[in-house]
Amino acid sequence: MNNLSNALLDRRQVVATLLRDTADTPGGELLVVTGLGSTTYDAGAAGDRAENFYLWGAMGGALMIGLGLAIAQPDRRVLVITGDGEMLMGLGSLATTAAAKRPNLSIAVLDNGQFAETGHQSSHTAHGADLAAMARACGWSQGEIATDMPGVEALRPRLRREALFATIRISPEDVPRFLPPRDGANLATRFRAALGIAAS
Amino acid sequence: MTPEPWQDGVYAALKAAGVRQMGYVPDAGHSRLIDRFHADPEMTAVVLTTEEEGIAMAAGAHLGGSRAVLLMQSSGVGNCINMLSLPIHCRMPLFILVTMRGEWGEFNPWQVPMGSSTGPVLQAAGVHIRRAERADEVVEMVAASARFAYDSAIPVAVLLSQRLIGAKVWVK
Repeated sequence: MNNLSNALLDRRQVVATLLRDTADTPGGELLVVTGLGSTTYDAGAAGDRAENFYLWGAMGGALMIGLGLAIAQPDRRVLVITGDGEMLMGLGSLATTAAAKRPNLSIAVLDNGQFAETGHQSSHTAHGADLAAMARACGWSQGEIATDMPGVEALRPRLRREALFATIRISPEDVPRFLPPRDGANLATRFRAALGIAAS
Repeated sequence: MTPEPWQDGVYAALKAAGVRQMGYVPDAGHSRLIDRFHADPEMTAVVLTTEEEGIAMAAGAHLGGSRAVLLMQSSGVGNCINMLSLPIHCRMPLFILVTMRGEWGEFNPWQVPMGSSTGPVLQAAGVHIRRAERADEVVEMVAASARFAYDSAIPVAVLLSQRLIGAKVWVK
């Protein structure tokens, strides 16, 4: 069941764990897409890198960007890190990505049951919506839930090796704001350069 | 001998432009193209639940050094508006083929509002539009517009008029 009362994980610690030693990934450096809002700040705070593509808009699009990237780079691993609100806006993409069956795409949803960015309004997951169950119902064969740091540690290698949907329950507490780069054209250019794609 | 359907010429133009991913919400006017994409092992065709998913997928394709095209009906354009900020702000190519409804012999009045606003809405959002009315201009227009989109890294939509596609006939 969706019980947020024991959600005490620190989001920065969770994302820093997921992104620890990104070179330790089959195929080379982990390719990361983050969703609009706090997960973009979390990934930046974990250490800015060219292989991170941060969304500062396009709410609901993170998982589909991951899909297009995973299709384009079948030998690399793609990890989407987003929040419950961003995932809820793109629920249909759970069905689309499950049907597309890409073995090199995983997603971790940090679930605090809130729209933290806009003033902590409670989200649907605080009222019973279970994203991991939805992912499984859409056809993701793995829909995991982590509620403690050992669980997050266990997810870290799996998110880089399986086609995994994971929900990670986090504390709704505010953390210090960290703002990674937000010029989208620059983010795209440096991401492509890191993949060795020549500028057009 | 029957001439080659223009849809086959469009498919060849897309492939020649380097397109390797295609996202779509089905439309009868695109059915031949959709079949061609699915039949080609060099292509990955992705059925979407809603059109804006395809805008995001095309952005991911670009980040990964590939090229995507989106196929949708005019009604789907309205679903895409906020997501268009992604390719426009990030200076990414986007190429959409839109089959038009609500403008030529349309029987369904619910198609008319979005059909009437498809072009203005796309332009207001920053997408360059071209419009094909005749079978003999479609292939060249698609080929040139694809180069425009991918080589200049801008969003472009080609509107395929309902006259060209043929109005849906329900009562025979």
